[in-house]
Amino acid sequence: MSELFPRKQVMGFVFSLVLTAIALSVYFLDMSFTTGMIILLVTAFIQAGLQLVVFMHAGESKDKGVIYTNVYYALIIALVTIFGTLLILLWDM
Amino acid sequence: MEFFERFAVPHPSPAIYASMVAIGLTVIAIIAGLTYFKKWGYLWREWLTTVDHKRIAIMYLISALLMLFRGGADAILMRAQLAVPDNKMLDAQHYNEIFTTHGVVMIMFMAMPFVFAFMNYLIPLQIGARDVAFPRLNAISFWLFFAGAMLFNISFVVGGSPDAGWTSYFPLAGNDFSTSVGTNYYMIALQISGLGTLMTGINMITTIFKMRAPGMTLMKMPMFTWSSLIANVIIVFAFPVLTVALAMGTMDRLFGTNFFTTSNGGMDMLWANLFWVWGHPEVYILILPAFGLYSEIIATFSGRNLYGYKSMVASMVLISLLSFLVWTHHFFTMGQGALTNSIFSITTMAIAVPTGVKIFNWLFTLWKGKIRFTVPMLYSLGFIPLFTVGGVTGVMLAMSAADYQYHNTMFLVAHFHNTIIPGVVFAMLAGFTYYWPKMFGFMLNEKIGKWTFWMLTVGFVLAFFPMYISGLDGQARRMYTYSEAAGFSMLNMLSFVGAAVMAFGFVLIVYNIYYSVRYSPRNIGANPWNARSLEWATHTPVPEYNFAITPNVASSEALRDVKNGHDLFPGKYEKIHMPNNSGLPFIMGVIFFVWGFSFVFAMWIPLIIATIGIFACMGYRSAEKDHGRYISVKEIEDTETKLRGA
Repeated sequence: MSELFPRKQVMGFVFSLVLTAIALSVYFLDMSFTTGMIILLVTAFIQAGLQLVVFMHAGESKDKGVIYTNVYYALIIALVTIFGTLLILLWDM
Repeated sequence: MEFFERFAVPHPSPAIYASMVAIGLTVIAIIAGLTYFKKWGYLWREWLTTVDHKRIAIMYLISALLMLFRGGADAILMRAQLAVPDNKMLDAQHYNEIFTTHGVVMIMFMAMPFVFAFMNYLIPLQIGARDVAFPRLNAISFWLFFAGAMLFNISFVVGGSPDAGWTSYFPLAGNDFSTSVGTNYYMIALQISGLGTLMTGINMITTIFKMRAPGMTLMKMPMFTWSSLIANVIIVFAFPVLTVALAMGTMDRLFGTNFFTTSNGGMDMLWANLFWVWGHPEVYILILPAFGLYSEIIATFSGRNLYGYKSMVASMVLISLLSFLVWTHHFFTMGQGALTNSIFSITTMAIAVPTGVKIFNWLFTLWKGKIRFTVPMLYSLGFIPLFTVGGVTGVMLAMSAADYQYHNTMFLVAHFHNTIIPGVVFAMLAGFTYYWPKMFGFMLNEKIGKWTFWMLTVGFVLAFFPMYISGLDGQARRMYTYSEAAGFSMLNMLSFVGAAVMAFGFVLIVYNIYYSVRYSPRNIGANPWNARSLEWATHTPVPEYNFAITPNVASSEALRDVKNGHDLFPGKYEKIHMPNNSGLPFIMGVIFFVWGFSFVFAMWIPLIIATIGIFACMGYRSAEKDHGRYISVKEIEDTETKLRGA
């Protein structure tokens, strides 16, 4: 019976609720803009990863490798684009 | 009347009125012709509703050729205007519109559909599949592209063409400086066709990953399929950036937002940044499939395996990553610091390394090969030295300090035409000649083809090499005229002569098609070029199910293995599951056209109705029960016997 219990999904669900609560706290607690944005960004990325792995079942099929390669590739390109843009338009302008 | 005034062209000229009449007459002629020959039903059943990847490919091909002539006409007008100093043929506004539409049409509506034509036609054949992964989506992609292309093309007779350059930089493209609806056309038409492109990207990636024939591992795929896979990965990662940038630009122009304005916290340079985050990978989306075609052609006509298969793949993977790391080299002079420019100079020069690896691989494939100088091979052999010149001038431009001298001059114009014409256009024409017999069942005339090649090559050198010199002498790009004292007259006249020679070359292509339709022999067999890969293993013309028996592949040169005794088609005929035709993609294309047109002119009620129509189509599709159809064994046997006998 214990094998049938979706332990991973329940834990994931609880964890995603916790992440939502942390993100929500930015609105209710008094903090600086920078701190708030950092909390929002970090929780957003963890939340997206959690949804992808636990509830969209990435990594449970044969083409695990292809899916994760794609995700990492997308992450690298997104980070390069964002930090490149920041470098060009703000830090080194 | 006030309502209709918005549709008038803001800067009319006799040429535009003549175009209006010509367009009207052409439309009437097409409608009358279709009615007279009773072809409406044929057109609807066989083409407009088709989901067959081969027919969609042919429609892409025809669109690309049409747009080649549209963009080519723009090019000739520009060169004619610049041929002599102080020319009064075109005014500044008209010239601005022409160089803008030339760029957009050639990149988005000529090169892209040309590439998609080959991807659509060849990928399923090269991997031994019956069709692409999502045939219906494929049709929607095509009709979205077509709606976008048509919307963009009517701009010069309804409301005015975009005039802010194909890069459409803000603040020039903003409401303050571009008051006509032209730039709205740019934003919306590219948005619609860009959606189609993104869908094609997803479709092709899925096809390649999921639908390969048994035995075909990733490292046994023909090189064109590999190059297309990489190009489609780039599409999926690059096009969303364009989508977002265009949406922001549209909102700035129509809804009064301030993303790219110079006041209220807007940042005009962000457009240039986002545009090139998409724009540079776009270059590789075009050139990689071209490299794939060259790889197929050079291997076939050298009679050898492609040299360095693994290094070809590795260099393309590296290019796909590097293509996202170089975008700043398009605006070295925008004002960012030396550190940024140095970083992007180095990444740009680095990208020449994997490209150089590919050049050497082609040279080593030729080495000791039994070379046959056919038309596709001539284009490939012309490509290698000419493209290398373009690549070397690219490395010159990559030096950010030196770029302050070159930027915004004809030197840059010469450079990117030097890569795109021998790189992409020659590849498309080579592929066009090479795969023509597979698509249509007869060869194009070799003699006329060779004349075409020499006209295009000589014309190209005459048209673009003088620009390197005039650019270094200081001739700015996008200037509609110059004074005699500037001393550019001789070089520009030479360019005009070159452009005219190229124009003759393109006319010869049309003549070649006409001549070959009439006189070419039809009994050419399935493999007229003695090629080596899987797409040539099926019959000519290709039956709708591609392969009667799913092939069992042993290497990237499947047909070569057959000659060495490999059994490519084991087993017996079984019934084949195929998708049904559907009118929905075409209808969605028409609705998207209406949607885009309403958006351009800010006509909100038709826009809302069209939006509802689009969602209604999607809703209909969600509820539709369409399980496809089966081709029976009897039918397959009949088709196979007929094709084998022919």
